[in-house]
Amino acid sequence: MRFLFKTDYEDDIRLFPHSGYFVSYGILLALLLIAPYVLSSYLMSQLVFVCIYATVGVALLILTGFTGQASLGHAAFLAIGAYTAAYLQKYNVPFPVYFLAAGALTGLIGALVGFPALRLQGIYLVIATISFAFIVEEILARWESVTNGNEGMRVKAVSLLGVTVSRDSPTFYFLCLAVLVLTIVGTLNLLRSPTGRAFVAIRDSETAARSMGINVALYKVKSFAISAAITGFAGVLFAHKLSFISPEMFTLQLSIEFIIVILIGGTFSLHGAVLGAIFIVMIDPFLTYLKDDMPGIIAGIAATFGAGSATAGNVQSKVAAFASLNGLKGAIYGIIIMLFVLFEPLGIYGRWLKIKLFFQLFPLYKRATFKRQKIYVKSERNR
Amino acid sequence: MLDFVQQLVSGVALGCVYGLIALGFVLVYKATEVVNFAQGDLMMLGGFFAFTFIGMMGLNYWIGFAAAVAAMAMFGMVAERVVVRPILGYPQFSIIMATIGLGYFLRSVAGMVWGTDDFKIDTPFSQGVLRIGSLVLAHDKLSVIAATVILCALLWLFFNKTALGTAMRASSENMLAAYYMGIPVKRVVSIVWAISAAVATCAGVLLAPITFIHSNVGLVLGLKAFPAAVLGGFGSIPGAVVGGVLIGVIESMAGFYLAEGWKDVAPYIVLLAVLLLKPEGLFGLHVRKKV
Repeated sequence: MRFLFKTDYEDDIRLFPHSGYFVSYGILLALLLIAPYVLSSYLMSQLVFVCIYATVGVALLILTGFTGQASLGHAAFLAIGAYTAAYLQKYNVPFPVYFLAAGALTGLIGALVGFPALRLQGIYLVIATISFAFIVEEILARWESVTNGNEGMRVKAVSLLGVTVSRDSPTFYFLCLAVLVLTIVGTLNLLRSPTGRAFVAIRDSETAARSMGINVALYKVKSFAISAAITGFAGVLFAHKLSFISPEMFTLQLSIEFIIVILIGGTFSLHGAVLGAIFIVMIDPFLTYLKDDMPGIIAGIAATFGAGSATAGNVQSKVAAFASLNGLKGAIYGIIIMLFVLFEPLGIYGRWLKIKLFFQLFPLYKRATFKRQKIYVKSERNR
Repeated sequence: MLDFVQQLVSGVALGCVYGLIALGFVLVYKATEVVNFAQGDLMMLGGFFAFTFIGMMGLNYWIGFAAAVAAMAMFGMVAERVVVRPILGYPQFSIIMATIGLGYFLRSVAGMVWGTDDFKIDTPFSQGVLRIGSLVLAHDKLSVIAATVILCALLWLFFNKTALGTAMRASSENMLAAYYMGIPVKRVVSIVWAISAAVATCAGVLLAPITFIHSNVGLVLGLKAFPAAVLGGFGSIPGAVVGGVLIGVIESMAGFYLAEGWKDVAPYIVLLAVLLLKPEGLFGLHVRKKV
């Protein structure tokens, strides 16, 4: 186990606390850079979605994880970013300009949503953000002169410095990766600045934060604006990746998926956003695998345990029928959410920390280290 | 004028449905401060249970209705035991996520078991209409209104006049203190979930002739009932019904008088406006936190 000796505040807030970080993140970055030349095009495509979802996850973490303001309306911010890009692209605005414009517009709208949200707490905030998302969805469907209504809009490939970047090319992947990395580094810097500290203080206790002289309203609006702006950037990439956008892509379902990203990843650290995004995006390939290969494998196992070929075939068709049931994805989603909330509320990253600590402290690990406190005196109503 | 009254009545009927689902939200919230996002899906499941008993097994309507309510009450208890009890006392957000997960699960499983077709239950109210002058009121809508009023009154009496209701209010205020006073908090929470699942079933069965039953009906209506509960100030039983009726009337008026598209958004716009002016809803209590 490594003990870090810190002598001043600068030591405490370093992005890379010790040299081991350079090695591990360097290896990760190298792997990500060679990925497009190794992986199949399908997996690359999924990896691009991982980058986009992780960017939204980071945005949501700033708002929900660090400022403590729940939002079920992030699909709307994503939609605003995507539609801004698609609309400006029609008028031959260059990519860097509409990329920034999308972020700026989404951030502005995020701030506008933040103002009414100032007075709302907990469940009221959740319903207010859901309402906002519904209204945006309906506007997108009805404002046909700009959004083309329910017919949706085509989005052409990115044209960067005179080069056309197709949505399946490695360059587009690097673009998404760069946005994700910049977002993460920017957020880490934000979190160690006074603004980030204020966010965390508001999350932990609004009353205490206010008595420390923090302007709660200002910082809440800031948090909404920053989170929305990052989601807007992700929206531009999302639009380019899909090359076609329509209002029914940005439903409550998508907002819930984003919340699942940070819930499964872990709501207390930026690692959570990335891990959760990997998890959510990879569910689809996993289900395809379940549908295509699982029946054969299970039938093979049944055959090795002495089942006749007729029984094995029977098993195979049964499993295939189960795997191709219509609502299987929803059911798996539901079970995963419930299992995580019940058994691993700290998410995948929390599980990793526990495993790491177990080996660091080897015979001395205590389960109670990570035990959550139950509060039976309900404070949410009397806040 | 006749159009207006007609729209008003159908809005009130629709609103009563929202109110019935919102009642379930409010019950669970009142007793445990848990917001149950799966309430709409419990309603959907109740509808399917009733369809199984009445439509497929051919039981008498009332017997099937009662059987469905009983089965769903059991189901509510099981759901509470498995999903909610282990995380009671943790932050509200985890419980919201757990119930969202439960909702996903129920919707998919219902889709797998009963398929994705629309089902219809033949009820004694499906056919007739009541005529007052030139006003035409369908029996199925009137039955919803009547059932809502009755259920609302019964629940209000239950919460305010019986010992068990008082115990529920006490455990919502402070579970630990309630436990020290000898209230079996766990059983109370269980009973609340049973009651709210039963109320949801009533909503589902009464709704069956109007909207049909399919696996997504819970999501659609639950998302409308939720603003209703918020509008009434989460935690007030009459408030839930009033909020539901408001949402229903706004929706049907907007559908009739305004351009297409307003119908679906109008309830949410009104909701946002109300939350801006009165963040704790129309009937909510405003309590300041003492430090």
